[in-house]
Amino acid sequence: MSPELFNVAAAGAKIAFVWGVVLAALLPMLIWAERRVAAFIQDRPGPNRVGPLGLFQSLADAIKFFMKEDVTPTYADRFLFNLAPWITLVPAITTFAIIPFGSSLPVTLGGQTYDVPLIIADVNVGVLYMFALTSIGIYGIVLAGYTSNDKFSLLGGIRSSAQIISYELAMGISAIGVFMTAGSLRLPEVVAYQQQHIWNVVPQILGAVIFIISAFAETNRLPFDLPEAEAELVAGYHTEYSAFKFAMFFMGEYANMVAASALIVTLYFGGWSLPGIAFTGVAGALLSIAVFAAKTGLFIFIFLWVRWTLPRFRYDQLMDLGWKVFLPLSVLNLLYVAILVAAGKA
Amino acid sequence: MADYIPVLFFAVMAAILPVAGLGIMALFRPSKPDPIKLSPYECGVEPTSEAWDHRFSVRYYLIAVLFVVFDVETIFVFPWAVMYQKLLLFGLIEMVIFLGILVIGYVYVWKRGALTWA
Repeated sequence: MSPELFNVAAAGAKIAFVWGVVLAALLPMLIWAERRVAAFIQDRPGPNRVGPLGLFQSLADAIKFFMKEDVTPTYADRFLFNLAPWITLVPAITTFAIIPFGSSLPVTLGGQTYDVPLIIADVNVGVLYMFALTSIGIYGIVLAGYTSNDKFSLLGGIRSSAQIISYELAMGISAIGVFMTAGSLRLPEVVAYQQQHIWNVVPQILGAVIFIISAFAETNRLPFDLPEAEAELVAGYHTEYSAFKFAMFFMGEYANMVAASALIVTLYFGGWSLPGIAFTGVAGALLSIAVFAAKTGLFIFIFLWVRWTLPRFRYDQLMDLGWKVFLPLSVLNLLYVAILVAAGKA
Repeated sequence: MADYIPVLFFAVMAAILPVAGLGIMALFRPSKPDPIKLSPYECGVEPTSEAWDHRFSVRYYLIAVLFVVFDVETIFVFPWAVMYQKLLLFGLIEMVIFLGILVIGYVYVWKRGALTWA
């Protein structure tokens, strides 16, 4: 087998793995987990009828989403209304392509050993690509809100865009510290740096806190779920969406949450690495995947935990926090890391 | 550019799967439109105007404009951050000057009340 052919096969296998794990297993599990965690926190049983422990609840939901009538309101802009769910879902899923989910897997084939890095696309712009995709995702929400021609949707869509762009600033500037220490935008190099030195969260705790809280705002999760604040806006930007198109927004939101957790882990908590352990060979590769999954799972749990614990922000508080607190703090963090790196080199 | 082929593949798959799902399931889905069902949701009250006729706070525009200014600055800092370990002191001084100018603008915007949501 030629190396080129092998690379194509390996890329295909990795894509199949990520799609299988993230979309076929993790997202349905997550929807079930959210409801079970909510029930646990509120001291009630939660979904427990469909299958063991209610595990097949998501399957039942999926069938229902498929079988329900798909309504497009009369006064909506039909083309953009139908396009909006795609603009939200596709970038949300595509972000998984650049996250390193493990070390590298040695594969011996025909007497030759190939080292397969466990990342689908090691693009040179790294996290910039991720920020770009998040920004494209906003268009889906804004278009959904605007083209529905519904007052609640319109307000939800506008709120969402203002919120996401506000927190994107703080998020981007706080993440810059990570690239200064690693000297690269590539996520595998960020992980490698943390493996050789120290997890970024230790010297850059301020940046990490800003990044994590901004990630909550970016994914429209409580306490920042103003775009769909059900007490005031019914369902926000997806009020008019039904059946499968609503499910696409729903899945996009959860995919964003998983991607944000994975990114937090990769940038600040050592990615797939653990201090003092060298991940070599096939066992090491599998272990690194398990470590990455465990860390990401922990952050996903924190997302769920926060949602069912904290009340919602008021919109002016949200904007004040983003522009008057996080933005100056993230710039301070940038200068602090710059001095730290300069002092370390001198 | 070869790095981006899997990304493109990823995006195309993400776009095609829902299309397939929607297409196949259209055979099973009911479709019984009626004027009430297709009207915009307003808590059961008949809408008297279109949402597009309504105005919303001008502050959203302000936030959008401020975002563009600060985001362009952020984009400039990214390449600087990557090269920082080679620039060091020169880079640090240069960035302090750059951020200083940015902070002057930021303080001005704050003092003018553009960041206050009221």
